[in-house]
Amino acid sequence: MKKYIYITITIVAVFSALTISCTDDFVERPVEYSIDSENYFNSESEYESALIGAYDLLQTTFVNVLMGEMASDNTLAGGNSPTDVPGYQQVDDMIHTSVNTEVKKLWDWMFAGVQRSNYILEFKDNINFEGKNQIIAEARFLRAYYHFELVKWFGPIPMKGDKRFAPGDETSIPRSPVEDVYAAIYEDLIFASENLNPIPSQVGRATRGAALALLGKAYLYEASYTNQIEKYGLAAAKLQDVIDSEGYSLVEDFDEIFEMAGENGLESVFEIQYTDVEGGSYGYMQAIEGNVAVGFAGPNSYEGPFFTAGNNFNLPTQKIVDAFEEDDLRKAVTILDMDAWVEEHPEVTYTIQNEHTGYFNRKYIPRKRSEDAAADLKLTNPNNYRAIRYADVLLMAAEAYSKSGNDAKALLYLNEVRDRAFGDQDHRITFTGSNLYNAILAERRVEFAGEGLRFFDLVRTGRAAQEIDGFTANKNEVFPLPLEEIQFANGNWSQNQNY
Amino acid sequence: MKPLLLSIFLCFVGIFGYAQNYEIKGIVVDTNGEPLPGVSIVVKNTLKGASTGFDGDFIVSNVQKGETLVFSYLGYSNKEIVVSDNTFLKVTLDEDTQSLDEVIVVGYGTQKKREVTGAVSVVSAKTLEDLKPIKMEQALQGTVSGVNVTTTSGAPGADINIRIRGIATNGENKPLTIIDGYIGDLSLLNPSDVETITVLKDAQAAIYGSAAANGVILITTKMGKKNAKAKISYNTYFGFQETSKKINVLNASEYAALLNEAYVSGGDPIPYSNVSDIGRGTDWQDEVFGKGVPIISHDLSMSGGSEKITYAVSGSHLDQEGIVGGNKSGFLRNTARISLGAELSDDLKLKSNVTYTYFNRKTLPEGGNASVLLNAVNSPSTLAPYDSNGDYTVFPLGRLGNEMINPLAQIANNYNDYNFKKLNGNFGLDYTIMEGLVLSSSMGFNTSNSEGKSFSKIVDYGGKVFDVSISSVNQNAINNNDYSFDLYATYTKELNNHKLVGTIGNTIFKEWGNGLYATGYDIPNNTWSNADISLANGAPAPGVIPVGSYNYDERRLSYFGRLQYDFKGKYLLSAMIRRDASTKFGPGNKVGYFPSFTAGWILSDENFFGKSTVVDFMKLRASYGTLGNDQIPTNGYISQLSGEATYVFDGELINGVATGQIPNPDLKWEEARKFDVGLDMKILDNKVNIVADYFIDTRADLLIPAIPTSGILGSAAPGASSPTINAGTVKNSGFEFSIDYNNSFSNDFSMSVGYNVTFLKNEVLEINGTEFIEGGVFSIGQPAPSRMEVGQPIGYFYGYKTDGIFQNQAEIDAHPSQADLGAESAPGDFRYVDINNDNIIDVNDRMNIGDPIPKATMGLNLQFNYKALDFLMYTFASVGNDMVRNYESIAIDANNLNYTLDRWTGEGTTNSSPRVTTAASTNNVLSNYYVEDASYLRIQNIQLGYSLNSEVLEKIGIGKLRIYASGNNLFTFTKYKGFDPGASSGNPIGGGIDDGFYPIPKTYMVGLNINF
Repeated sequence: MKKYIYITITIVAVFSALTISCTDDFVERPVEYSIDSENYFNSESEYESALIGAYDLLQTTFVNVLMGEMASDNTLAGGNSPTDVPGYQQVDDMIHTSVNTEVKKLWDWMFAGVQRSNYILEFKDNINFEGKNQIIAEARFLRAYYHFELVKWFGPIPMKGDKRFAPGDETSIPRSPVEDVYAAIYEDLIFASENLNPIPSQVGRATRGAALALLGKAYLYEASYTNQIEKYGLAAAKLQDVIDSEGYSLVEDFDEIFEMAGENGLESVFEIQYTDVEGGSYGYMQAIEGNVAVGFAGPNSYEGPFFTAGNNFNLPTQKIVDAFEEDDLRKAVTILDMDAWVEEHPEVTYTIQNEHTGYFNRKYIPRKRSEDAAADLKLTNPNNYRAIRYADVLLMAAEAYSKSGNDAKALLYLNEVRDRAFGDQDHRITFTGSNLYNAILAERRVEFAGEGLRFFDLVRTGRAAQEIDGFTANKNEVFPLPLEEIQFANGNWSQNQNY
Repeated sequence: MKPLLLSIFLCFVGIFGYAQNYEIKGIVVDTNGEPLPGVSIVVKNTLKGASTGFDGDFIVSNVQKGETLVFSYLGYSNKEIVVSDNTFLKVTLDEDTQSLDEVIVVGYGTQKKREVTGAVSVVSAKTLEDLKPIKMEQALQGTVSGVNVTTTSGAPGADINIRIRGIATNGENKPLTIIDGYIGDLSLLNPSDVETITVLKDAQAAIYGSAAANGVILITTKMGKKNAKAKISYNTYFGFQETSKKINVLNASEYAALLNEAYVSGGDPIPYSNVSDIGRGTDWQDEVFGKGVPIISHDLSMSGGSEKITYAVSGSHLDQEGIVGGNKSGFLRNTARISLGAELSDDLKLKSNVTYTYFNRKTLPEGGNASVLLNAVNSPSTLAPYDSNGDYTVFPLGRLGNEMINPLAQIANNYNDYNFKKLNGNFGLDYTIMEGLVLSSSMGFNTSNSEGKSFSKIVDYGGKVFDVSISSVNQNAINNNDYSFDLYATYTKELNNHKLVGTIGNTIFKEWGNGLYATGYDIPNNTWSNADISLANGAPAPGVIPVGSYNYDERRLSYFGRLQYDFKGKYLLSAMIRRDASTKFGPGNKVGYFPSFTAGWILSDENFFGKSTVVDFMKLRASYGTLGNDQIPTNGYISQLSGEATYVFDGELINGVATGQIPNPDLKWEEARKFDVGLDMKILDNKVNIVADYFIDTRADLLIPAIPTSGILGSAAPGASSPTINAGTVKNSGFEFSIDYNNSFSNDFSMSVGYNVTFLKNEVLEINGTEFIEGGVFSIGQPAPSRMEVGQPIGYFYGYKTDGIFQNQAEIDAHPSQADLGAESAPGDFRYVDINNDNIIDVNDRMNIGDPIPKATMGLNLQFNYKALDFLMYTFASVGNDMVRNYESIAIDANNLNYTLDRWTGEGTTNSSPRVTTAASTNNVLSNYYVEDASYLRIQNIQLGYSLNSEVLEKIGIGKLRIYASGNNLFTFTKYKGFDPGASSGNPIGGGIDDGFYPIPKTYMVGLNINF
C-alpha cells in the first residue's frame, strides 16, 4: 500500500509541477510587431500617417466618376459584351436594383472613407501640437467629401459624429435626413475652410480653396434639390471667395488640362492623385493606386499613336457629341472620334466591342504609358481626376448667381468659360433669366462631359427624366441601398423609394 | 541442396510407401520474404502441431497426404495447406489488416480492433506499397470510406486536399495529422516510412479536442522489430507520364468556319475567305503537353533489432517532371529518417525518430487567364507556334484580346524555384511506474526553412497584359517551427470481467515562425542566371515598398482525460473530455471543453446470439461528442494597424497607416457535434468483413472569416476586412459502407476484394447577420458564382436555368423579356426560366444549378495472387459532383471546344447549344449550361507483379525479389469535358469552378522490390 501512496504522490507532483509551469498564462502571449489601433495618436506623425489612410479612399471614387457618367445620357456602358460588369450595364440602362455589385462598392468605399476620417477625429483630442488644426481640417474635408458623395448617391445616410461605426450600429443608428447630412457637410467644410492652408504643403492635399469650392458646391446642390434660394446665395458667396482670393485661373488651352503635364495646374481646385508605379489587380480595386476609370474607358486592344488600350467602357453617345456647338474647341479634346482618328492614322487598330458608338471619352482614356508603369496596365493609369476645376467653380457661381437674380455676375463667369472654350469672344451669351440659367446648364454639359458630373447635374436640376432613357422619376434620383445593407440593418434602414 | 535431395528422396518414398506418414519441413515468411518466428502450425482436426523457429523454419511429423495444415500468426491471415507429395513448403502469410486482434492507434493509446468503439479506418503499409503514392494523401483516395481526396492540380508537388465526412466550415477543412503522437504534416512524408494510417472520423477524435473537428489522421511510422536480423529493403520504380486528358477543341478549318459564321451572324466581314485549305492547324495541347515525361523513385530502408534495441533507417529520392513545361515544372524530394527504440530498463522505454525532408519545386502559372493550359486550350489552331525565324509566334491583339499569349513562349519565359528543408521528429519515454500504470511523455517537433524565388523577365508579347518592361526578382525566406509536448498517464486494471483503462494528461502546442520577402529590380542581362537580389541594382519608385515580413506565435494548452471500460469484453464504453485554451481567441473566450462518449456492444459474444454459422463477429457502435476548431486567421479579436494606407502627394506614393481586420472580441471556438452509429461484422468464416456507419456532423458556431458585414464599418477599405464571426451552422450527414472479402483458395491462389462507398449530404442550417455568403469567380465581370445559403449545400452554384433555345422571334415574343440581363434576345439564344414568375427575367431569377459536393464516392480495390504473379487494381468513383466550365475564353477569336459544332444554326437545329455570334447576347451569363456533371470513375492503379523463385533467391541471400509493371490513372470514365473531374480548389465557397485544372498525369511504370 505504501508503494501506491508514493506513486500517487509522484504523479500528483509531476502533474502539478506541469500545471503550474503551464497555466493558461501560456496562451497569454504578446502580439509582436503589431500596433494596436486603439492606442495610437501619440505624436504628430501618427496623426499624419492616419490621414494618409483617409486620403486613400479618394482613389476609389473612380467608380463614382465612371458610373456618374454612364448613368447619364452622356455615355453607354460598353464593355466586352452586354454582360460585362452587369452592375455598370444596369446603371447605364437605368434598370439597376438593390442587387448591384458596383453600387455596393461605391457605398462600401465611401463609408470606408468616412470611417477612416472618423478614426482620426475620434482621437482628435489625444494630444496637442502645433499644426493639429490643419490635420483635423484635412480629415474633416475628407469626411465631407465622402459624405457628399454618399448623400448624392443614396440620400439619407447613417452618421455617428466624430466616432467610428461599430458592429451593431447598422441596426441602431438611423439614416439621417438629407438636410442633416448637408448640415454636417457644411460644418466640416466651414471648419476646413477656416483652418486649411491656402497653399498645400504637398501637392494633392486639400486646400482652403478646395474646401470653399466644395462648400459652395454642396450649397448649390442642396439649393437646387430643395429650391432654397438662400442656399444659392450661400453657394454664390463661397464660390465668389474662391474666385476672389485663391488665385486660380482657367488654363488657356483646354487640351492641356487633361494631359500629364496639365496635372495640378492653375485650374485645379481639387484633384484626386493617381500614379502608375504600383501594380494592381481586378479582384481588389480599392488598393489600386492608378485611375481604374481610365483603363476601363480605353478602346479595346488599341494599337497606335498617343493612346493605349482599355476595356471599352463609358462610350460617348451621339447625343453628347452633337451637343457641342460648332467651333467649340472642347469637342476635339472631349470626344475621340475613332473613325476620324483611324483615317488620320491608318496604322491604328483596335477591337470594336459592345455598344460601339465610334466615340471614346478622350479626356480620360489611357495615354501612351511610361516604361516604368506597373502591371496590370489597364488598372494603373496615372491620370489624376480633376475633381473640382476652376471652370466648375465659375459655372457653379454663375448658376448660383443666376438663381439669386444676379444675371450680370452669372453672365460674367459663364462667358469667361465660353471665351476659353471657343478661343475668342464671339460666342458670348447675353441671355438673362431662365434662358441664362438654361445656358449655364448647357455649358456645364459640354464643359464637363466625360468628367462624371452629368448625372447629378440632371437630377438636381430636375431634368433627368426628360434626358435619360429609362429614368424613373421619384426613384432614380438616388440609387438603392445595397440589398445586403437592408438585411444587415434588420429593419433599421428602409430602402429608397420605389426600389 | 539438402532439402531438395530430401524431398526427392521423400517423393520416392511417398510413391512406394502408400499411406506412409510424411514429415513436412518448410519455412514461413511474410509478404516481404522475411521469416516469421513463432507461427503456429496445427494439423486440422488433430492435436498435432508445431511452431516455427527463429528463422521461420518448421518440421511437422506424422502427417498424411490429404490432411490440412493450418498456419496462424497474430496479425496475419490464417493459411490452410493440404498435404500433398510436396514435403518442403514455403508458406507466405499475408498481413491481416482486418484481424480483430490488430492493434489500432486511437490517440494517446491503442486498442484492439474488436474493442474500438469509434468510426476508425486503417490503411496499411501494404496499401501504400501497392499504390505507391507520390504524396501520402493519395493513399486515402478510394481506400477509406468517408474520406474524399481532391487535387488542386496535377502539377508535380501540388497540394492535395483531404476532406473527412464532407466540408463543414468556411475556414480550414483540413484534418489534423498526428505523426507518432505529435502534430505533423502528412503531405511531406515519404510513403515508404509509414506503417499505418489511421483515420478517426467521429467523436473518437475528441481526445484531440481543439484541433480535431475536421477529423484526425494518425500516422504510425515504421520501427524495427525486436530480435530480428537486419532487414534491408530496396524499392525503385521508373515511369513515364503523359496527360490523362486532352480537351476536344476545334481544328483550324473547323475554327475558321465557325468564326466566319459568328462574324456573319454579328454583321461583320468574315475573317477567313477561304476555309478549304486551312487544314488542321496547330494542336496547342500537343505542343504544351510532354510525352514520356519521366518520374523516378528510389527508397532504401534498413531495420532490425536486438533484445532491447530496435532501429530503422531509411532514405528516399523522388524526381518527377511535369507533363507541362518539362523542366520548368517539377518536384524533387529527398528524405532521410532514423528511428530508434530502446528498452532502457524493464520499466523505461524510449522511442525516437527524426526525419529530414528536402524538396524542390518549380511551377508554371495555373488557373485564371495567366494559365499556360488555358492559353493552350483557347489559342486559335490557325496560329503557328513558331514564326518563320523560329521564334515564338507573337499572338495578335484585336479580337483575341490582350490576355492570350503563346503558351510556349509563356513556358519559356517562366522562371521560379522553391526549396524547402525540414527536420521533424519526436522523442518519447514510457515509464511503467507499476503494474498497469504507465507514464508517457513525448516531445515532437517540426522545423522548416524554405526559400522561394521567381524571376519576372523583360518580355514583349506584343502589347499584351503580360508584357514586362522592368525585370525583377522576388525572393522569400520562410521559417516555420512548432513543437508539441505531451505528458500522460495510463492506468489499466483488469478485475474479473471488468477492464478499465484510464488516461489523463496534458498537451502543449506552440507554433511560431516568420517570413521575409523582397523584390529586386533590373536584373543584369535579363537572365535567370543573374536573377538574385544581390545583383539587382534597380530601385523601385519612391513610396513602393519592395520588402515585407510577417511573424506569428500561436499556442494551445490542453488537458484531457479518458476512461475506457469494458465488461466481459463485450460491453464497451469510453468517455473523454478535453479542455483547450488557444491564442486564437481573446480574453474570456480562450477556453473550450470538449466532451465525448462512445459505446460498443459485441452482439456476437452474447449467448442469445448462439453459434451462428454465417456471422463470426458482430459489433454495434455509437458515439457522440463535441470537438473544436480554431483554424482561423490570427489575432482576430484585436484591432491592428495592418490595413493599407497609400496615397500620392507631390507625385510620389506616400504610405500611412490604417486599421486592418475589424476585430471581433467575442470570437470563440467553433464546435463540431459528431454523432455516429456503426456496425462491424465478420461473416463467412471471417472472410468477409463489413463496416457500416451512419453519421451526422453538425458544425455550430461556425467561424466564418471575413463574413460580410455592413459597409459602414469600413471593411472594404484597402487592407481591411470583415471580422471573423461565429455565425453559422452546417450539417453533413451520410452513410458509409465498406465490405472486404479475403480468401486464400490454396497456397497458390488468393484474392481480396474491397469496396467502400460514402453517401454524403451537406446542408447549411444557419447563417447569422447575412442571407448568404458568396465566393468564387466566373468569367470576367460576372457576379460571384458560388454561395453559402441556408437550406442549400455549402458552395452551391447560383445562376440562371435555361429552358432550351429560342427557335424563332415568336418564341422570344411569347417569353418574358430577358433584356435586363444585358441584351435583347435573338433566335438561337438561350431561353431562361422565369423562376419567380414575375414575367421578367432578371437577377432575381437565379437559383441552385448544382454543387461541387459528390452525392457519393466509392472505391473498389481488387487483388489476386496466383503463384508468383500478383495483380491489383484500385478504382475510385465520385458521383453527383458538378463543376463549372470556366476555362473557355470570352475573346471572340479564341478557339472553342468541339461541342460548339452542334450549335444552333437555324430553327429546329438544336435546343442545347446556342448560336455563335459576335453580336451582343446574354448566352454567357452563368447558367446550368456551364455546369457539368463531373461524376467520374477512375482506375487509379493497375499493377502486375512477378516474384522470383524464392528458393533460388535464398541462395544469393535475397528474401524477396519482385518486379512489376504498373499504370496510374490509366482510365478515367466521365462525361465531363474539362481536364480533371477530380480536381478542386478546395475552397468551401468557390470550389468546383474549373479554370482549367492541370490534369492528373497518366503514368506507366516498372519497378522492383528487393528484400535482403
